[in-house]
Amino acid sequence: MFVINCPYCGERDQQEFKAGGEAHIERPKQPTELSDDEWAEYLFMRKNIKGIQYERWNHAHGCRKWFNMIRDTSNDEIKAIYKMGEKPPSI
Amino acid sequence: MSENLRVKSSQYIDETTRVSFKFNGTTYYGFKGDTLASALLANNVHLVGRSFKYHRPRGIMTSGSEEPNAIVQINPNTNRTEPNVRATEVEIYEGMEASSQNCWPSVNFDIGGINNFLSPLLPAGFYYKTFMWPASFWEKYEYFIRHSAGLGKSPTSNDPDIYDHRNIHCDVLVVGAGISGILAAKNAAKNNYKTLLLDEKNELGGSTIYENNESNKIDNKISSEWLKKEIEELKNIKNLEIKTRTSVAAYHQYNYLLARENLTDHLEKKDKINKIRQRLLKIRAKRVILATGALERPMVFNNNDRPGIMLSSAIKKYSDFYGVACGRKIIFFTNNDSAYESALSLNDKGIKVEAVVDIRKQSETNLEKRVIDAGIKIYWEHTVVNTSGYKRLNNVSIMKLSNDGTSVTGNKISISCDCLGVAGGWTPAVHLYTQSGSKLAFDEDKKIFIPNKNNSDQISVGSCCGDFKLDEILKNLNEKLKDFLDINKTDFENITVKNDEEISKRNIWLLPSDKALGKTKPFVDYQNDATAKDIKLALREGFRSIEHVKRYTTTGMGTDQGKLGNMHALGIIADTAGVKMGELGTTTFRPPYTPLTFGTIVGRNVGKFFDIFRRTPMNDWHVEQKAEFENVGQWKRAWYYPIDGETMHQAVQRESKAARESSGILDASTLGKIDIQGSDASEFLNRVYTNAWSKLGIGKCRYGLMLNEDGMVYDDGVTTRLGENHYLMTTTTGGAANVLGKLEDYLQTEWPELDVYLTSVTDQFATASLCGPNSKKILKKIIPDLDLSDENFPHMSFKEAKIGSIVCRIMRISFTGEQSFEINVQASYGKALWEKCIEAGREFNITPYGTETMHLLRAEKGFIIVGQDTDGTMTPIDLQMDWIVSKKKYDFIGKRSLYRSDTMREDRKQLVGLLTDDPKVVLEEGAQIVSELNKNPVEMLGHVTSSYFSPNLNKSIALAVVRGGKDMMGKKLFIPMEDKTINVTVSNPVFFDQTNERLNA
Amino acid sequence: MGNKYSVFSLIKNALSYHENWQRAWKDPAPKKEYDAVIVGGGGHGLATAYYLAKKHNMKNIAVVEKGWIGGGNTGRNTTIIRSNYLWDASAGLYDHALKIWEGLSQELNYNVMFSQRGVMNLAHNLQDVRDLKRRTHANRLNGIDAVYLSTEEVKKFCPIINTSQDIRYPVLGGTLQRRAGTARHDAVAWGYARGADEMGVDIIQNCEVKGIKRNGDSVEGLETTKGFIKTKKIGVVAAGHSSVIANMAGIRLPLESKPLQALVSEPVKPIIDTVVMSNAVHAYVSQSDKGELVIGAGTDDYVSYTQKGSHQIVEGTLNAILELYPIFSRMRMLRQWGGIVDICPDASPILSKTSIKGLYFNCGWGTGGFKATPGSGDLFAHTIANDEPHKLNAAFNLNRFVSGDLVDEHGAAAVAH
Repeated sequence: MFVINCPYCGERDQQEFKAGGEAHIERPKQPTELSDDEWAEYLFMRKNIKGIQYERWNHAHGCRKWFNMIRDTSNDEIKAIYKMGEKPPSI
Repeated sequence: MSENLRVKSSQYIDETTRVSFKFNGTTYYGFKGDTLASALLANNVHLVGRSFKYHRPRGIMTSGSEEPNAIVQINPNTNRTEPNVRATEVEIYEGMEASSQNCWPSVNFDIGGINNFLSPLLPAGFYYKTFMWPASFWEKYEYFIRHSAGLGKSPTSNDPDIYDHRNIHCDVLVVGAGISGILAAKNAAKNNYKTLLLDEKNELGGSTIYENNESNKIDNKISSEWLKKEIEELKNIKNLEIKTRTSVAAYHQYNYLLARENLTDHLEKKDKINKIRQRLLKIRAKRVILATGALERPMVFNNNDRPGIMLSSAIKKYSDFYGVACGRKIIFFTNNDSAYESALSLNDKGIKVEAVVDIRKQSETNLEKRVIDAGIKIYWEHTVVNTSGYKRLNNVSIMKLSNDGTSVTGNKISISCDCLGVAGGWTPAVHLYTQSGSKLAFDEDKKIFIPNKNNSDQISVGSCCGDFKLDEILKNLNEKLKDFLDINKTDFENITVKNDEEISKRNIWLLPSDKALGKTKPFVDYQNDATAKDIKLALREGFRSIEHVKRYTTTGMGTDQGKLGNMHALGIIADTAGVKMGELGTTTFRPPYTPLTFGTIVGRNVGKFFDIFRRTPMNDWHVEQKAEFENVGQWKRAWYYPIDGETMHQAVQRESKAARESSGILDASTLGKIDIQGSDASEFLNRVYTNAWSKLGIGKCRYGLMLNEDGMVYDDGVTTRLGENHYLMTTTTGGAANVLGKLEDYLQTEWPELDVYLTSVTDQFATASLCGPNSKKILKKIIPDLDLSDENFPHMSFKEAKIGSIVCRIMRISFTGEQSFEINVQASYGKALWEKCIEAGREFNITPYGTETMHLLRAEKGFIIVGQDTDGTMTPIDLQMDWIVSKKKYDFIGKRSLYRSDTMREDRKQLVGLLTDDPKVVLEEGAQIVSELNKNPVEMLGHVTSSYFSPNLNKSIALAVVRGGKDMMGKKLFIPMEDKTINVTVSNPVFFDQTNERLNA
Repeated sequence: MGNKYSVFSLIKNALSYHENWQRAWKDPAPKKEYDAVIVGGGGHGLATAYYLAKKHNMKNIAVVEKGWIGGGNTGRNTTIIRSNYLWDASAGLYDHALKIWEGLSQELNYNVMFSQRGVMNLAHNLQDVRDLKRRTHANRLNGIDAVYLSTEEVKKFCPIINTSQDIRYPVLGGTLQRRAGTARHDAVAWGYARGADEMGVDIIQNCEVKGIKRNGDSVEGLETTKGFIKTKKIGVVAAGHSSVIANMAGIRLPLESKPLQALVSEPVKPIIDTVVMSNAVHAYVSQSDKGELVIGAGTDDYVSYTQKGSHQIVEGTLNAILELYPIFSRMRMLRQWGGIVDICPDASPILSKTSIKGLYFNCGWGTGGFKATPGSGDLFAHTIANDEPHKLNAAFNLNRFVSGDLVDEHGAAAVAH
């Protein structure tokens, strides 16, 4: 069970959080312009990286804020945490 | 009747308190402080159990949690029974009962013992090779396999005990309170670290505390005396919490550890009642010091499993700590010095030690001299080649080892004895270390795995990192602590330590016998009866990975998790396959370190605390009226209100008629309510619902349908515009939390530019829904000054009003097709509101109705219930709700997905009504629908989603989803049940008041 | 067969102290080229190789395995086998597998201990009842044995379940598939490996794939830790690591790999004689032939390749177990472990060609792939050999994520109202 440093609340146990999958997949601004393939890419296709993954987390049982995390999925080491809308820090 | 093998009073055993207990029906006596094992040994009872596969008689091998053999059923046939308890761990108490397991009719005469004679037919994996003929017989074979397997018996009644959890955050956690752990904890706490020290035993001090070897000295004191003073000092140290009888079960990443604190297992029954039995400590430690010690290994030789064959260190502990002699004629068999210490210690207490058999070459050391001086014969370069004594060891045969250690030579010497102490060297207890993700390295010299690369803020100290001699332990501990705790010096910096030097090293994983290997039984895993032969067989058959060998032979898979035998298994594999042990690696040490009671893991979250129930403010009223309840999500909702022994059907029919004929009242408090505010609130609703919201007038209500991004219906509900920038959204009861979460997600991550704020207000309001032709009259009685005319307060609109001084929000909306008013008040007034409505409605026969009637009434109107009529595969178009899907809006959640090739198909499953040919027949919800009979396989067109007998239409009605159903109006279809076929006709899903006249009647 | 297993061969070998047993499979070095290479030596991969050799006469093939065969989810699952799925496509797929299971020990001459002790699924609320009845009706019409049980019938079939109606999640009913049950997981991998090996398939362990070589839109071979292997057909059966292999080929899959945990208790004498599953409280339990209670937990919600999950998942599972079986409170957890499961958005697998010629994926089995092992291998072998799916796996293509024609097996769990 990780310790996650919520950018709004500080360090908390992982069980207060919900994972929200891969980060930086922006919802298309003009979905109707997309082909079925492009829409499927947005909707379902994931990098599912083994290694450094950028992902979304939500402090669901806390401040309910969403934020981003950089985590190594091969060993669950959290590399960085940053707020929504911020540029990912270099690691 | 029983013999007494107490040798000397021990300071750890309270000889003034005699304790009686029963084992296999016989009453024995021990003393307070005894484990079941020490008490049995004191009574000269060695035969404790039978092995898993061959049912061989087995005794007590160890003095701790690594015990593979002496496992018993505690308090059989009571509600506090527990299977597979290690006799070496459990402390006796007055009235305790224990019995042997896995034997029938008794441990002395066990029918299953025949397996021992069949053992040539039962090598590793025999079951993969047989029991295949005839094919249909496997389950018959399996019946016998299952009944002969298993060890103890599961409890069959509920657990009377309670369990607890505690979260602990500390700066330094020290696991193990041997000499290293005690010094580590003391120095951490003294340097202002909030420190927690845990040990699985009931006494601090590990094996040092009963050390009496004159040559192991610290500051010129015998090490045990020196350590006692240190322990005494712990009492005065702040910042230090100590817990004994507390076993660390798991070490997860991020220094998260779980420990089981045992509080009452050692107490007699009257002291257990209403006490917490065990507590799970959930520890988050900034730094962890592992001082978990080392486990002594046995050796692998022919017939090395008989009762009376024990670990050398265990024999020493039984004598030095418990004051019990494990036999009257003891032999030690060793490959290292520790057996000599045991032999000398026993000799001091007057226990006869016959001989020491040592596989090493002779060396003239102080230790050897002391042993010889004590009159104990040493057989250098000898090995045990066989043992005898079926239920108790009575003889060992030894022979001289060849130089390369692979064979024996010379004459066989037979020595009679009743106990054999085996000392095969020490294995660091690195289980927790590896659980944390840290990596081991193999020490070729010592033949052990030691900590190498730490995964988190942790160190290993003492013998668990391969330091076995007192001087090296304390020297390395001192350096490690200074570094780890960032301190300049420790308080034992300047001590002087003296101990014996090691004679020499020799290690042979599988000792030879004068018989061919095939004719011997050299056990590696005692509990599972896996022998060295089995390991070699596995290798021969191509199982090369250590994990394959483990699984094929079941080595290391018993309740002891192979704490004793895993290293031998690795060694034998390495020797046989000609690879280095370090390259083989170990199998994964899986948590928990020792088995962990389910109840402890669960703690208080049992019974009514398993999951919360949410209850509405009106709940007490429903209970008083003897309503039946339905669980919806976390809510308890009134399901129906039977009167005078009505069945559910009768009650629902009555409630449904009353609601349409006069008035009904529903507790709708459970619907999710989300308060939405902000200057972009309308735009936000435009994006999340399929229909348009910008033009909704203030004080008006609108029904909305929410989709998933994949186009499938997700939730629905009515939203009211309370002000220019203020809406109140309602959601389904079960979906409320998820809807809020989803909306927050979009708001925070996709549309941060929107000025919108969401607040859950589900619990803040109570809602009573008044419905029926007389609902308006009732409301008028409650709020006389509110203009309820259709002009002032039309359907789908909202008014704020006051009942007395209580502000309420009233929505004129309807889920039944009748005129309805949903009255929302602050939750604390919910019950008062409800009772006021009931009172006012009495003259109109106001009828409380539950969820079942609500479902029936809405089905008459063809209104869907998300989750019942939809299942995550229905689009709004499939539901024939095209009217709610805005064509004009550029985008909303899920819109794009409605235009994919499959979602645009005309022949998708669509929501329709079904009428049975026989109006009395009510369809089963979930029943499948076909268009053809007598076809196999037959295509299923869809299924019945909702079905009721409508009292208002006096016929059966149903909603269903049917492939291409939209174009099937009037078509005959069939419902094939197990015993009959029901004929139905596709109809409009709106069965009642298709023109909605009643809303304004 | 020089090495046929039977009680007679066991007796014969006992006379020579079991010194003459042959290897169950060889450990060859990879050849330069194969007609097809299967990536992943779990049950599905080994079964694929077995059926390619047996039914499609492709003998010059190899299975490459990063670690040891059967060491992934094959050796880590709770061994439940059933086919009582809702949708026609799923029912067809899983029942195909179940039918092979019924004769698998004999076919492989390896006792996989398929034990048809039945699988029960419990309903805890009214919507569960509707959903289970719906599924039972669908099963019946699809020729799959399944019956709906009342609470009393549930109790009769498995007396230790707490069917009291005043508990938090009362049992309102259930379904039973009697042909369903469990099997010995390791034996499945070993049995298929032995069978494939005997037909000439090379099983290459400790051989990790490092790259997929493409020539335009076709595959040319694999870079591995044991060198380059040339082949025109690659079948990837890498479970949790499917996305990693896909990435090497430059394609993306609709998968997320998440931790799934399981645990066993200490062994006890027979106490539960069937498999009981409950989705609502998320707990399933059976008892192994050895006597251990085998308990499956749920997945964590984050991607991880560590084979470790978080403790609260295990705790939650045991909460549920004690809700349904309070008598187990004093039982003790012996071992817990985790696997990596690759989950599709619709909780159904992918058995499909890809946009790259000669590259096939068998993945997305999520938490329930073990039961499909023989069927999956058979159908995937067909797909690879013919470069076309069999009609039973046609629905499990990759294009369904574009068209929207999902096989949504967890849709019915969208609890609301």
